[in-house]
Amino acid sequence: MRYLPLNENDRAAMLDVVGVKSVDDLFVDVPEAARLDGLIDLPTHMTEAEVDARLTAMAGKNRAAGAGPFFMGGGAYRHHIPASVDHLIQRSEFLTAYTPYQPEISQGTLQVLFEFQTQVAMLTGMDVANASMYDGSTACGEAVLMACRVKRRKKCVLAPGLHPHYAAVTENLCQYLDISLDIHAPAPGKDVDVLNGLDKDIAAIVVQSPNVFGEIIDLEPYAVAAHAVGALLIAVFTEPVALGAIKSPGEMGADIVVGEGQSIGVGLNFGGPYVGLFACRQKLVRQMPGRVCGETVDAQGKRGYVLTLSTREQHIRREKATSNICTNSGLCTVAFSIHMTLLGEAGLRTLAAINHEKACMLADKLTAIDGVELVTDTFFNEFTLRLPKKASDVVGDMVAQNVIGGLHASRLMDGQDDLLIVCATETNSEADMDAFVSALKGALS
Amino acid sequence: MSMNTQGRQTTPDAVSAREHQTVSGNRGLAQTEKLIFEIGTPRRSGVDFPKLKGVKSRLGSMARTDEIGLPGLSEPEAMRHYVRLSQKNYAIDMGVYPLGSCTMKHNPRLNEKMARLPGFADLHPLQPRGTVQGALELMDELSHWICTLTGMPVVAMSPKAGAHGELCGMMAIRAALDAKGAGHKRRVLVPESAHGTNPATAVLCGFSIDTIPANDAGRVDMEALRAKIGDDVAGIMLTNPNTCGLFENDIIEIAELIHGVGGYFYCDGANFNALVGRVRPGDLGIDAMHLNLHKTFSTPHGGGGPGSGPTVLSEALAPFAPVPYVEKQGDGWHLVENADDKSFGRMTAFHGQMGMFTRALSYMLSHGSDGLKQATEDAVLNANYVQASLSGEMSPAFGGICMHEALFSDEFLEGTGVETLDFAKAMIDEGYHPMTMYFPLVVKGAMLIEPTESESKAELDRFIDVMNALAKKAKSGDVAFFKAAPIYAPLRRLDETRAARKPVLRWREETTA
Repeated sequence: MRYLPLNENDRAAMLDVVGVKSVDDLFVDVPEAARLDGLIDLPTHMTEAEVDARLTAMAGKNRAAGAGPFFMGGGAYRHHIPASVDHLIQRSEFLTAYTPYQPEISQGTLQVLFEFQTQVAMLTGMDVANASMYDGSTACGEAVLMACRVKRRKKCVLAPGLHPHYAAVTENLCQYLDISLDIHAPAPGKDVDVLNGLDKDIAAIVVQSPNVFGEIIDLEPYAVAAHAVGALLIAVFTEPVALGAIKSPGEMGADIVVGEGQSIGVGLNFGGPYVGLFACRQKLVRQMPGRVCGETVDAQGKRGYVLTLSTREQHIRREKATSNICTNSGLCTVAFSIHMTLLGEAGLRTLAAINHEKACMLADKLTAIDGVELVTDTFFNEFTLRLPKKASDVVGDMVAQNVIGGLHASRLMDGQDDLLIVCATETNSEADMDAFVSALKGALS
Repeated sequence: MSMNTQGRQTTPDAVSAREHQTVSGNRGLAQTEKLIFEIGTPRRSGVDFPKLKGVKSRLGSMARTDEIGLPGLSEPEAMRHYVRLSQKNYAIDMGVYPLGSCTMKHNPRLNEKMARLPGFADLHPLQPRGTVQGALELMDELSHWICTLTGMPVVAMSPKAGAHGELCGMMAIRAALDAKGAGHKRRVLVPESAHGTNPATAVLCGFSIDTIPANDAGRVDMEALRAKIGDDVAGIMLTNPNTCGLFENDIIEIAELIHGVGGYFYCDGANFNALVGRVRPGDLGIDAMHLNLHKTFSTPHGGGGPGSGPTVLSEALAPFAPVPYVEKQGDGWHLVENADDKSFGRMTAFHGQMGMFTRALSYMLSHGSDGLKQATEDAVLNANYVQASLSGEMSPAFGGICMHEALFSDEFLEGTGVETLDFAKAMIDEGYHPMTMYFPLVVKGAMLIEPTESESKAELDRFIDVMNALAKKAKSGDVAFFKAAPIYAPLRRLDETRAARKPVLRWREETTA
C-alpha cells in the first residue's frame, strides 16, 4: 500500500520490541463480541490511476459552473481566483500544518492569521476580527449567541432580508438555549416594519445587506433603533466583494459584523469548505467566539504572534466557553488573505465596480423582456426579477439550454414562486448574458 | 583548509561556524518578513482587470466613500511574502508531527487533485439537481463507506468539523428526548479526560455537565459512573479510544447502563483511526459519533481547518437528523433540504464540506477495506513501539498496551527543574514538532504522542533516540539547555501572557513596532 511505509520485517521486529506475538495482541482491550474477523465488506485497495479515473468519471457527471453561462448567487458566488492563490495554499507548510499551538514553529500561519484579522476588520469597518468560523451561516448563529451574552438578554430579531438558511442555522443553534427569535419571513422591498415596536428585552437585530434578494440596505436606521433599546446591531453579508463598493457596516453603526468570505480566494466547492468572517467592536472582544491571534514578542524582544485570549475557548473554559468551536476554516483564511493581498484596495474596488456594472447591464437586458420586472431598486451584483411564470419551471427550462440562469426564490423560501434571484460577476461575458436573455425568452414563450 | 581548482575554499574554517549577527537580521534561508501593511500599498495590485464601461450606478446612496486601507502587492511580491512566511511553519511533510489526539498523518496529493476537478470544485451548492448528480453520488458513496466502517445505519454529512459533529449528535439526542417528553433528562456525563469540546457542546443543547473521574488504569471509573446513573441522565459523551490512548474496555456495560435509564450514548470519534476495519462502533452500543475526516481520513489540517465532521446516528436517533441529506430515488439522487417535524433543523448554509468529502473518499478508495485495516494496525503498532522504546527513560502514564497514541507523565522529570513545556521546546531544536502537552488533564504534565501509520521504522527509531537522549539530558541536570529552547526556531519562546494581557489583535499604523 503506497501510503504505508512499514513492511513485514519492520512489523515483526517492532512487535518483538513491544513484547507481543501478533498485531491481534494489541487489540486485547476490545471486548471479544466487538472484534471483527477478516475484512469489512467494502472494495479492496486501488492504484492511484484507478482512483483518479473513478472520481474523474464521477466529476464528469456534473455540469461545472464554468461549463456554460452561469448566473447563480444566493450565498455563494463564482469569481476568478488568481492561480498563485491555489499554488500558495498547497505549499506543504500551510497545507500540512496543524493549528498553531507551538508558536515558535508556526509563525507562518500565525502571521497570516494576524494579517487576515486586520483585513477583515478593515473591510467591515470593525475594530477586531477572529481567525474565522465555519461559514457565514454559523458565524451568524454565533453572533446571536454572543449578543445574548453581552446584553444578558434572550431575544433577537431577524430582519426579512436575511438568507433563509442563515435564519434556519441561527434558529437551530438557539433552540435549546431559551433564546427566542423573531424571524420575519423573507420578502423583497425595503422592509423597515421590523423597526416598529422594538422591545427593551431584545439583545440584537440581525440585518443582511445586500440582502438575500440583492437589495442594498441602509443599516443606519437599524443601528439607531437597536441602540435606542440598548440592543446591538448584527450586520450580515454573503458577498464580501460588495464591501468594495458599498459603505461598510461599521460606518453605519453595526456592533458585530458576520459574513461569508467564500468569494475571496475560496471557490464554490458545492457549498464547502467556506470561511465565516466574524468582526466586532473592541469592547466586545472578550465575548467573541473562536480562535484569535495576537501580537507579542519573543524572549529576545522580536515581534511575533500567538493564539491568544484562549480563556474564552473550550479547551480551557470547557462548559463555560464562548463557543464549542475548535477547528475553524484555517486554510480558507490563508486563501482569503492571499487573494485580498493580490487585489489590494484598488483591485478590490475595481473588482466590485466590474461586478456592479455587469449586474446593471444584465438587469437592463433581462428587464427588456416582456413581462419581466425588476423588484430590487438598489443592488450590487445580485438582483431579483418577478417573472410571469413559475420561476422553478423557468430555471429548469433554461438548464435544458445549458444556461444556469439564476436561483428560483422558492428553493430558499415559501410563497415567492415567481421570483428569480440573478447574479452577475466579473466571470460573465456579454455573450453569456446574451445566451441568458435568449434562454429566458425561450422559457417564457 | 581545502580549495577547489578555482581557488575557492570548499571547507569552512572555524570562524564561519561561529554564531554572528547579520546586518539585515536575516539568517540565510530564514528571512524576516514584515506585515503586508508595512510592505504593500492600497494602490498596488497583483490582479489585472478590463476597463470599466462607465455604466450608471444603482448603488443608490450607499456607495463607499471612505478609504479602506487594504494593502496590495504585485504577484512576485506576494509570492515572496507568503513563501517566506510558509518557511516559518513546521509541517507533516517535513518531519514527525506526533501531536496526540490530532492524528497528523500523511495527506496524499491525489486527494488534492481530485478535490480540484472542476466537476467538484466549480459547482454551486444550489445548482439544479440534474446538474449535480455526480456530486450527490459522491456524497452517497462516502456515506456508504462511513456507515459500513462504523456499523451504523445513518450518517449526517453536513457538520463542518469535529465539534460541529458533536453538536449534531447531541442535538439529535436532545430532539429524541424531547419527542419522548423526557424533559427531566438534562444531565450529561462527561469523563474528566474528555476533549473540552464535549462539555462546551453539551451546554449548547441545554444540558448540564456531570464529570466522571478516571480510575488508576486511565479509564472510566465504573463505580463512580454507576453512582451517577439516574433517571435524569440524558446521556454520556465518551471518547473511545479515550484521550489517554486506551480502549474503554467496559464500553458495552457503559452503553447498557446509559440505555437502562433511557439515555443515549454519544461517542467522540476523534480517535476512530485506532479502530477502522477492526472494530465497528455500532457493535459497541453507541447512538451517535462524529468522524473527523481531517484526522482519520487524511484531509489536510491546513493550519487549523477546514475540518469535516460527518456524524453517524443509530436507528433511534436517525429520524432527528439535520437537513439537508442525500436520498437515492428511481430517477437519481435527490437532496432533501427542508426539515420535517422530527428533524432538529439545519446546521450550515449548504450541504457540508464537499471539498473534504472528495478527499476522504479518494483516501478510502485508495486504501480499500484491506488498506484501511492495515493503516489502523500500523498506527497502533507504531504507538506501542514508541511507548515500549521510551518507557526506559520516560514515564508511561498507565503502561500496558496502548492504542494509537502513547501517554507519558512528567514523573521522569521530577526534581530536574525541567518541565513538560521545556522538554517540548527542546524537541523543536531537534527538528521535531512537540507532542500534545498538558492534555489529557488526568495525567500530570501529560505528553501524548501519536506517531500515526505514516512513519517508517527508521524515522521512528531516530525520533526515539532523540527523545531518550533528551530525557537523559534532563535527568543529568542540564536545565539551562531546556530553559533556553528553542534556539533554532524562527523565534525564541513567545510571551503569551503579554499577548493576553494587552491584546493586539490587528495591525494599526500607530500601535505596531
